[in-house]
Amino acid sequence: MELSEHIRTANVEDVTLRRPFHPALRGTLCVTSHHLLFSDRKDEDSWQLLILLRNIDATEKSVENLFGYPRAVGSSGTITIKCKDLLVLQLEIPGMEECLNIASSIEALSALESVTEMYPFFYRPSHLTLHGPWGLSSTEKYYKQTERLWDRWRVSTVNSDYSVCPSYPHAVIVPREVDDEKLVQSARFRQGGRFPVLSYCHHRNGMVIMRSSQPLTGANRKRCKEDELLLQAVIDGSLLGYIIDLRSTQQAQQARMTGGGFESKSCYSHWKRIHRHHERGKVLQESLIKLVEACSDPSHSVDRWLSKLENSKWLSHVHSALSTAGLVVECVERDGHSVLVHGSEGTDSTLLVSSLAQLILDPASRTLTGFLGLLERDWIQAGHPFQQRCAHSAYSHARLKQECPSFLLLLDCVWQVWRQFPLALEFSEALLLRLAQEVYASNYGTFLCNNEQERCAAGVKENTHCLFQSLLSPDIEEQYLNPLYEPTDLAIWPSVHPQSLQLWTGLFLRWTEYAQNMEEAREEVWSIVKEHRERAGPDRTNNTPSTHCDTLTPFENLMDELTIL
Amino acid sequence: MEHIRTPKVENVRMFDKLTPRKCMVGTLYLSSTHTIFVENSEARKETWILHSLMSNVERLPTNPSGSPLIIRCKNFHVYRLLIPQEKDCVDVLASLTRLSHPERYGELFCFSFNPNLDKELREKAWAFIDLKAEFIRMGIPRNLWHATAANHEHRLCDTYPSELYVPKSVSPAVIVGSAKFRSRGRLPVLSYYHRDSSASICRSSQPLSGFSARSSDDEQMLQAIMKSNPVSEFMYVVDTRPKLNAVANRAAGKGYENEDHYTNIKLQFIGIENIHVMRNSQQKLIDVGDLVAPTMSDFLWGLENSGWLKHIKAVLDAGVFIAKAVAEDGVSVLVHCSDGWDRTAQACSVASVLLDSYYRTIKGLMVLIEKDWVSFGHKFSHRYAHLDGDPKEVSPVMDQFLECVWQLMQQFPCAFEFNERFLIQLHTHIYSCQYGNFIGNCQKERRDLKLQERTHSLWPHLWENRAEYTNPLYRNDHSQTQGVLKPLTTAYCFKFWKGMYGRAEKSVTSQSPADCLNAVREESQQLEEELSTHQEVPRETDAGQENCRAEGEDFRGEEEDQEVV
Repeated sequence: MELSEHIRTANVEDVTLRRPFHPALRGTLCVTSHHLLFSDRKDEDSWQLLILLRNIDATEKSVENLFGYPRAVGSSGTITIKCKDLLVLQLEIPGMEECLNIASSIEALSALESVTEMYPFFYRPSHLTLHGPWGLSSTEKYYKQTERLWDRWRVSTVNSDYSVCPSYPHAVIVPREVDDEKLVQSARFRQGGRFPVLSYCHHRNGMVIMRSSQPLTGANRKRCKEDELLLQAVIDGSLLGYIIDLRSTQQAQQARMTGGGFESKSCYSHWKRIHRHHERGKVLQESLIKLVEACSDPSHSVDRWLSKLENSKWLSHVHSALSTAGLVVECVERDGHSVLVHGSEGTDSTLLVSSLAQLILDPASRTLTGFLGLLERDWIQAGHPFQQRCAHSAYSHARLKQECPSFLLLLDCVWQVWRQFPLALEFSEALLLRLAQEVYASNYGTFLCNNEQERCAAGVKENTHCLFQSLLSPDIEEQYLNPLYEPTDLAIWPSVHPQSLQLWTGLFLRWTEYAQNMEEAREEVWSIVKEHRERAGPDRTNNTPSTHCDTLTPFENLMDELTIL
Repeated sequence: MEHIRTPKVENVRMFDKLTPRKCMVGTLYLSSTHTIFVENSEARKETWILHSLMSNVERLPTNPSGSPLIIRCKNFHVYRLLIPQEKDCVDVLASLTRLSHPERYGELFCFSFNPNLDKELREKAWAFIDLKAEFIRMGIPRNLWHATAANHEHRLCDTYPSELYVPKSVSPAVIVGSAKFRSRGRLPVLSYYHRDSSASICRSSQPLSGFSARSSDDEQMLQAIMKSNPVSEFMYVVDTRPKLNAVANRAAGKGYENEDHYTNIKLQFIGIENIHVMRNSQQKLIDVGDLVAPTMSDFLWGLENSGWLKHIKAVLDAGVFIAKAVAEDGVSVLVHCSDGWDRTAQACSVASVLLDSYYRTIKGLMVLIEKDWVSFGHKFSHRYAHLDGDPKEVSPVMDQFLECVWQLMQQFPCAFEFNERFLIQLHTHIYSCQYGNFIGNCQKERRDLKLQERTHSLWPHLWENRAEYTNPLYRNDHSQTQGVLKPLTTAYCFKFWKGMYGRAEKSVTSQSPADCLNAVREESQQLEEELSTHQEVPRETDAGQENCRAEGEDFRGEEEDQEVV
């Protein structure tokens, strides 16, 4: 079926658009295969609103005059459009039939399943060419950059045809002494074939963060010699490594009944297991839904608001993600041990914890390029199933399938770190907000599909543009930079005390006046910094390294206003 | 000195709340005004704790390692000590209990605090804030309002200032009659005149109306106030109490204005709770901050249960209502509660901050506090327990005002000249009794105590150090800075004030964007100056920052610095 067949009414005149903080506008509404286009009728400077249909999470329609005369002059309908970036719009459409047609087009076209029908495959802006570089980082690049790895680690292409692990990239970093045959065996012993691979090597002491899925020990305590050897090779002679299991002890025990399990002390004698419970899947998605619902009703009393905020548990999830990341950092940085992180599938909280730990540990991942590279390696190439997880956002009434806001939770945690260390990250909140939007609906191919194998099959690299490349283009980059950036070599330990964690107002209250007030302050920060740079001359624009102390701890928010910018 | 049983205890341990395993060993000294802890380490770090700031000293049961002593301060600092000998601990406890509860004004720190100012400078310091000039600044039209000498020598009302501003049209007899009809003689007088709309904010205590009493003088007074605003046809009477409380007061011969007796008034109840409710609420909030390793839910539940933010919202709502009436509707407002010195002061001063950008500057806030709080008889010594007295008189009224300002700063980051540090410093000094400004309960009492001759004024001290209290985002030509602030009072706008109540979590301050911006600004200015003298651009320009550090004449300042470093 052609996409255009979903469109029965392509154009409607005299539509009224209502959106937050703006007076209602009258204009023409247009539905295309991928967009909803509204433009007011003024000839000069006509104002247009373009919404990706993919961005629409839910529509609600109410039609007046339903039982009257179908084509009566006065009949009209209202469509409420709730977007995945949490914006809510209303369209008043004259003509009941037109209204119903448009609503059904939106419903059909916003829920396309086939990747190659999605907009990134049609997005062809004149300033970009399809043959430019795609992506920023890869396993090989990371290996090349990290000299510490060269001695004991190697890049394996055992998964080059994606047969060992369908959700892994073609290349992974593993201990040099473990050959590909052993990797294949280990993969058979891990859920989804996700055998332990290197995610990060700490620049200070060479300790590593590994990630994997759960071992398939099952009820009768199966073992896998190769898997044990692989992990033994990771710690290589040192006495201890830590396995951070992102499930409670009880959950890990129960997993054995369904064929999963955990690394037992007797088989992995040099590894110490620590359990930290993390919610996953449906529970997280419902948490997001509850939070967004609480934020969208300004009539709540303070008591009711706090109770709804608590009840959503979103901040509790932020709290546990940051706490466990802190635990990983403690093992690596303070105690000098390597760490293996896994939960069950190893595609959600595993990635969340390991990438947050890197952000805390590694100054290179706190630059704009470094952070995007981290996302690319540890989320996109590592096989976080974006398409499944981000099919719907907080407004959808559709029955939940595989949706889960793991990536949004990551962005929230990064925001908390940024808020506590406003000088330590090179990028700004604007970048996090942009990513929160792009991950659900995008012109770019970066977040399409669920893993590298699927992206290869669909020809994503050949047929779409790369978001990260575009974010780094010189004219765009500046809006995503933090004007106050001062690089530091130290680990930045965020405080995980509940009073140090806050609701991410920039995202969840994005479309309220509250967030609007902050814009001016943000501009003021920029103007002070720019003024300074101009006066100081070009040779002084480089950031001077900050004064160092032993460890950075979260700064006391002496002026909270600056931290919300 | 007679209260100090043990002036010195050695080998005392002081614990850090964040890292309970870590502690400092040192010597504890008791002076008549401070308890000083000197570390045994190389640095000989000193921690000074002012006795008049201590709210509660508690001894826990002795354990094998010694006797624990917990000192809680009115500015929410908590110090945990371990004293080796139980006998010493008992002695220290007894001494501190007595020293932290002075019984006579003469014992207060302000009478012994001597910053080495000569007599002339001291007098000049007391003249720093001039309320007469403030009423001129407001632009009161002389044909409508004038200062009356009716309260000369506090004959009419002993808790009011001697100079009162009333409508020019009222006769002395009406003034006296109105005072007689108001609780404690606190008749309606001018608090703020809004030049742009000619509407005014007046304040008083409740009328002695009971079930049927009336006073034609008081009715004439209100009529005159209404008429002093030529354009409006009615005025609001804002009773800041919950209506039920106001009704209950009628049984005691007090109550509220009967709308049938007063022509052209509209009565509005706001519902700010009384001082006892607020005291309990704040205690619950402090307990939330004291929780050991709380979960996110514990924290949010505790925050909700304390009701604190709900009360802050009520105070801010009162201010918003008044500011809107005055600025948008051009209607004058008479504000009262019961006695007119707690909720009335809160509502009037919050409204003034919203209405007049002057009160959002450093000097302006000082003037506002001097006018609405100090001169109009807010009972500082009772509310902030300067002397050992009735615990039921204690209540965080001023804390709530400062917090309302802080909440506004969160919404309008560029609108205030001062920063959070300024508010916290004010809060500390309201409790500390180091300066004479807030001693006593009304102007008459302060005069009788001869405070101006015997103590020093806080304001010039803060003014000299204003660089430290300046918000770098403030520019007096900024759009946020101009005009009337219209804050949102949606529940989600109210935040837990971590800088105030989360102080137990104090840790190494290494990154503050405010300081960074200030440094940037100063560097720019300095560069500018140097460029103009055609000198070469210097490499290091931190001198400006060092200059803003207070030079240890203020004990609190010293203590802060020592703790933070």
